[in-house]
Amino acid sequence: MDKQLYTVAVFSENQVGLLNQISIIFTRRCLNIESLSVSPSSIKGIHKFIITCYSDGKTMERVVRQIDKRIDVIKSYLYTDDDIIYQEIALYKVPTSALAVGSGAEELIRRYNARVLELTADYVVIEKTGHLNETEMLFADLEKFGILQFVRSGRVAVTKSKEERLSQFLRQIEQERTGAGSQKES
Amino acid sequence: MNETVTGAEALIRALKHEGADIVFGYPGASIMPVYDRLYDCRQEIRHVLTRHEQCAVHAAEGYARVTGKTGVVVATSGPGATNLVTGIADALMDSTPLVVITGQVSSPMLGTDAFQETDVIGVTQPVSKWSFQIRHASDVAWAVARAFYIASSGRPGPVMLDFAKDAQLEQTEFSYAKCDFIRSYRPMPKTDSAAIERIAGMINRSERPMVIAGHGVTIARAEETLVRFAEKACIPMASTLLGLSNIPSDHPLFMGMTGMHGNIAVNYSTNKADLILAIGMRFDDRVTGDPQSYAPQAKIIHIDIDESEFDKNISVNETLHADALHALEALLPLVEHRDHTAWIDSFRVHQAFERERIMMPELKPDGAGMTMAEVVSAVSEQADADAVTVADVGLNEMMCARYTRFRSPRSFIASGGLGTMGFGLPAAIGAKMGAPERQVILFIGDGGLQMSVQEFGTVLENHTAVKIVLLNNNYLGNVRQLQTLFCDRRYSGTPLVNPDFVMLARSYDIPAENVGSRDELHGAIERMLSAEGCYLLNVAIDEDDMVFPMTPGGMPVDYILVDPEETYSPEK
Repeated sequence: MDKQLYTVAVFSENQVGLLNQISIIFTRRCLNIESLSVSPSSIKGIHKFIITCYSDGKTMERVVRQIDKRIDVIKSYLYTDDDIIYQEIALYKVPTSALAVGSGAEELIRRYNARVLELTADYVVIEKTGHLNETEMLFADLEKFGILQFVRSGRVAVTKSKEERLSQFLRQIEQERTGAGSQKES
Repeated sequence: MNETVTGAEALIRALKHEGADIVFGYPGASIMPVYDRLYDCRQEIRHVLTRHEQCAVHAAEGYARVTGKTGVVVATSGPGATNLVTGIADALMDSTPLVVITGQVSSPMLGTDAFQETDVIGVTQPVSKWSFQIRHASDVAWAVARAFYIASSGRPGPVMLDFAKDAQLEQTEFSYAKCDFIRSYRPMPKTDSAAIERIAGMINRSERPMVIAGHGVTIARAEETLVRFAEKACIPMASTLLGLSNIPSDHPLFMGMTGMHGNIAVNYSTNKADLILAIGMRFDDRVTGDPQSYAPQAKIIHIDIDESEFDKNISVNETLHADALHALEALLPLVEHRDHTAWIDSFRVHQAFERERIMMPELKPDGAGMTMAEVVSAVSEQADADAVTVADVGLNEMMCARYTRFRSPRSFIASGGLGTMGFGLPAAIGAKMGAPERQVILFIGDGGLQMSVQEFGTVLENHTAVKIVLLNNNYLGNVRQLQTLFCDRRYSGTPLVNPDFVMLARSYDIPAENVGSRDELHGAIERMLSAEGCYLLNVAIDEDDMVFPMTPGGMPVDYILVDPEETYSPEK
């Protein structure tokens, strides 16, 4: 089956050990997590994991169902790149000599819409936000100056839907719950 | 204002609120405050000291499986906790509700490699339904309420509570409220009425339907509804290993067990059926054989409470995310009576063949050596109708599944998914404690018995009236069978040099006798069943006794060996 990059968004309660619970689901199936980012979501008390992984759709659907099965996971969703707006941030540290007149570095920074975060006598730190291919292209272009350090974040993503799909989901379970007239959470 | 108590006392009170009347466990330094409080309330909560922590879990599993209640286990940190892991994994595979409580080093010492510290949450996370470390006494009530709710609802499973020693000693105000809602956990799905109608339509239109019922039917207590449903729609039924005893063995629509050593009629007909209705089962590889060639003519409907089971092992045409009882109750009024006589008659041909070719020679063997089949069958005939049959793992288990005549629900307990040797004896002890009024009969091999033989001590101490039938062939028989068939009879690692089991049992005050020949069997079974307490029969089994029919692993389900050389081909 054809492999492609999938993005899994996981919404969870803020519990210790959640990351391990999620990552072992990938490990067990010999799936490599390409990138990972965890942060609070727009909903108070709920954390959001964005995980990217190369695999086939059927495998990823199973993975998402297994993640969903974890008690402290509220809901997880599977996306392809078409469904989401996503970015990654990369930092490049190059020698300050790279900025010498005629080196072309300045032009590169402008062309890539990158920016300089810090400039010292020894090095300059450049930041570029974009898709993987863009940050990789800048890496290739900066390589001739000698890259001292490089780091790229995991993917961050929001959906193309107006609000978090989770908000709708939470309203639905709240409705079912108040409809059933059961007790408040202890 | 609420009373102030220690964390350990809060745990005991919480257990009482949850109706726990028995805990299986083993003490140690990190759980001593809890044991100290258990001592005070030993009239209300009985503590059963097993002789190994793994067996505390298996005993709790036996208790949970026979009662439907949540089993409770208590153990200490470090080795106490790691010894539990096999049992917890077993309970997860077989959807058995457990709350497992381990002591842990005091929270300031966490992560310092303190004496008897292990990362038990980390170790058990892959094999438990939920786990939580209690680091504050004020979390006890919340965590225990949540643990019981999670363990017993939806698809049941084992839950771990790792209880730091300082939290056991810390003072807290205690008040208790049972948990019935967790935002991130929805155990009881709403039955989708449109899907119910579609499924009923598929059933009513089918010509060769078959039901495969699993452990989910037992858990949902849907046994009777299932039978009424099948009778109304006139559909033949099959059972997975763990689904055995849902349907009385003698029911005319019950065609037998699925899977590797299942009944020919069931496995053969799976690939002839035009509709398979799978309820509360998970298409384990031991059930399906080669998944690519499984049920090629059938539309498959999968009903399960665990959504993650859908399309996991085989692709299905329709799914219903529901509790087995709710699903069957909803389907019952919608299914119509259909005449499936010809289809049902086709099963009879295979059944007659299996009876003549495999079962009769095993039940009435020509040779002097005893077969497992004749022993299981003789015990089953002499036992009470509601006797609980517990099997260990291996040939004894398969023979037990094939030759016990089940007459009452919840009367078969075995380690299904994990296949844990050594499960049998402690599970039988737990089952007897859960159902003291029922006969509990254990079939076990000489290998499996020695994996948990120390539990004779638990039997001795508690006077647990478990009837032990040791099917002794002096081999690890199931592996030996594979070596006979596929390794040119090279018996690598399978012969056993055994102790005198009768003497061993007697040293624990368990009456025991050797049964060396067929003419002694009937009388020995009678003495065993009429004895008041525990009793062991060491039955000499012919070492060449093997279990057939057999679908070798990974083969199509209708590729059935009826003996080492011949495959089943009814068209021939």
